[in-house]
Amino acid sequence: MKADQLFKWVNIASIWLWLSLFALLPNLLVLFTSFLENDPVKLMRWKFTLSNYLALLDPLYFKVFWHSFCIAALCTVICLCLGYPFAYLLARLKSHYKNLLLFLVIIPFWTSSLIRTYAIISILKAKGLLNTVLLSLGLIHQPLAILYTSTAVMIGLVYSLLPFMILPLYANIEKLDIRLIDAARDLGANTTVIFARVILPLTLPGIVGGIILVFLPAMSMFYIPDILGGAKSLLVGNLVQNEFLAAHNWPLGSAVSMVLTFSMGLLLLIYWRINKTGQNNESISKL
Amino acid sequence: MSGSVLALSGVYKSFHDQTVLENIHFEVKQGEFLTLLGPSGCGKTTLLRLISGFEVPDAGTIYINGVDVKGLSPQQRHVNTVFQSYALFPHLNVFDNIAFGLRCKGLDKAVIRQQVEDALNMVKLAPLSQRKPYQLSGGQQQRVAIARAVVNQPSILLLDEPLSSLDYRLRKTMQIELKQLQIQLGITFILVTHDQEEALSMSDRVVVMHDGRIEQIGTPREVYEEPSSLRVARFIGEVNIFETQVISVDEHVFHVMIEGKAFTLKNRRHFTADQKIYTLVRPEDLAVWSPSEVTDTTQMFPGVVEQVNYKGCTVDLMIRLESQTLLAAAQFFNEDDEKLDFHSGESVWVHWIPGWEVILPDES
Repeated sequence: MKADQLFKWVNIASIWLWLSLFALLPNLLVLFTSFLENDPVKLMRWKFTLSNYLALLDPLYFKVFWHSFCIAALCTVICLCLGYPFAYLLARLKSHYKNLLLFLVIIPFWTSSLIRTYAIISILKAKGLLNTVLLSLGLIHQPLAILYTSTAVMIGLVYSLLPFMILPLYANIEKLDIRLIDAARDLGANTTVIFARVILPLTLPGIVGGIILVFLPAMSMFYIPDILGGAKSLLVGNLVQNEFLAAHNWPLGSAVSMVLTFSMGLLLLIYWRINKTGQNNESISKL
Repeated sequence: MSGSVLALSGVYKSFHDQTVLENIHFEVKQGEFLTLLGPSGCGKTTLLRLISGFEVPDAGTIYINGVDVKGLSPQQRHVNTVFQSYALFPHLNVFDNIAFGLRCKGLDKAVIRQQVEDALNMVKLAPLSQRKPYQLSGGQQQRVAIARAVVNQPSILLLDEPLSSLDYRLRKTMQIELKQLQIQLGITFILVTHDQEEALSMSDRVVVMHDGRIEQIGTPREVYEEPSSLRVARFIGEVNIFETQVISVDEHVFHVMIEGKAFTLKNRRHFTADQKIYTLVRPEDLAVWSPSEVTDTTQMFPGVVEQVNYKGCTVDLMIRLESQTLLAAAQFFNEDDEKLDFHSGESVWVHWIPGWEVILPDES
């Protein structure tokens, strides 16, 4: 076997082994646990049951899922509305500062998202930065009660996830051939038509990529509602956390986790199908 | 401006203080095939973008169908472009690409269908109407780009080096097809190219450009046979240049010495004595004889064959004169001279038929 062949196999095998051990195996354990009976003392009993999944049919859980879904969807829409124009302008920018601006989008990743969420508290709290500025400007006469509301949760989610929307959009829009826009103008298309019939369809892979990267984590980011929402607004992520850590019901927590995993898998499948039907196959591989 | 579909008058354009186009004047008649010819960077593509409305001139006026198009966007101009890279919409199939412009006009569906199908038949792509651009060959993409533009029935079709990415043989075929299409549609075509052969074989008139200026406008025959400057002569085809000085001028003729031989040439450009001039002779206008074939050598130059290139229809010779000047001569096979059996090192006599030369004044 040649050296480069050996390198190839060692490389692939080690990654495969790593993922099997630390991603596939834990997931299989969770899947396995979700079919076991709960035991308050020993955490679980070695007995196959579907009761955990049946318990999820309770309207209460459905409400949590639905609430979670709505928050994640709203967060995604806000991220898309903020991120698309930004990514478009950034990608089209003919300035030396282009890379610097992109760099600034990435910099927050250097600090733990948990710490950044705590930092948001100091901005949003009653005597925080935001209220102080607004009061001193005379725009408001009494402090806004934002912290520990669903608004604060939304601000936290959008803040944390916005880069995940911008980056795939940027990668996609940057490759958009500007000559196609010239061609559309030449053929008589106005700005609306150019956007709807040329730019939007060609950046669809970036949009879908961004939606998935934002929507999926938004469903399960338990610490943001915990910290900013005062545990009032419950996400699926919080439900999993509660079942494991507070209620000590590991099998039920596993079942919730599995439902979440499969719904995410379904979304990824939809994404993959859209990409397959879309023509720009190469633009997806860049994500 | 009557009768001309396009007229440019005193057009200037510069980018970042660098002048790209300078004092451009010309008119294009309805149904004409005009070529903008020049080396890359001469401003020909910028000129095309000024006409299509993607760029705005710094000064000067552009008239399309007699109307000043200042302030009109590309959308509002009755002009369509075939882009160099075709710029086909990758997410739309052939039919939808061609229908794009018609749909922007908001035409009736049935009308669009009919017109797109006519356009597809015209470029012989009807069976491929459902294909996406990436499923087509270069030549097919080219045809879609042409169909997408002409289906809008523009007053002028602009073509930006449309054949440059095709291979030689396909380019030849497309040149003929494009020319036929232009005659059939009667639309004014303005083609940008750096390929002089393409310009000569396709156009009614050629605009030769250099450094943002128009060097010459004329029929292919005029720009080739009567170039107005050394630049045009050098850019279009090969040329031998003899640098001399006018000795004396008679009524309609003047006398010069070229390579040590006395010539009396017609004074069309009113040269004066002592003026520096250039005498230009195309390689195919030079005749090459072996010493045994000639008797009168008063206006012939002696030389030695340095290189022989067999080209199929011609034999191209490089001949070194005694003055060390190197001449290019193309010899055709014909009934007088079937063998054309030259070999390097051979001594020969070179001459041309008086009157076939072009004489230009020194511009510097």
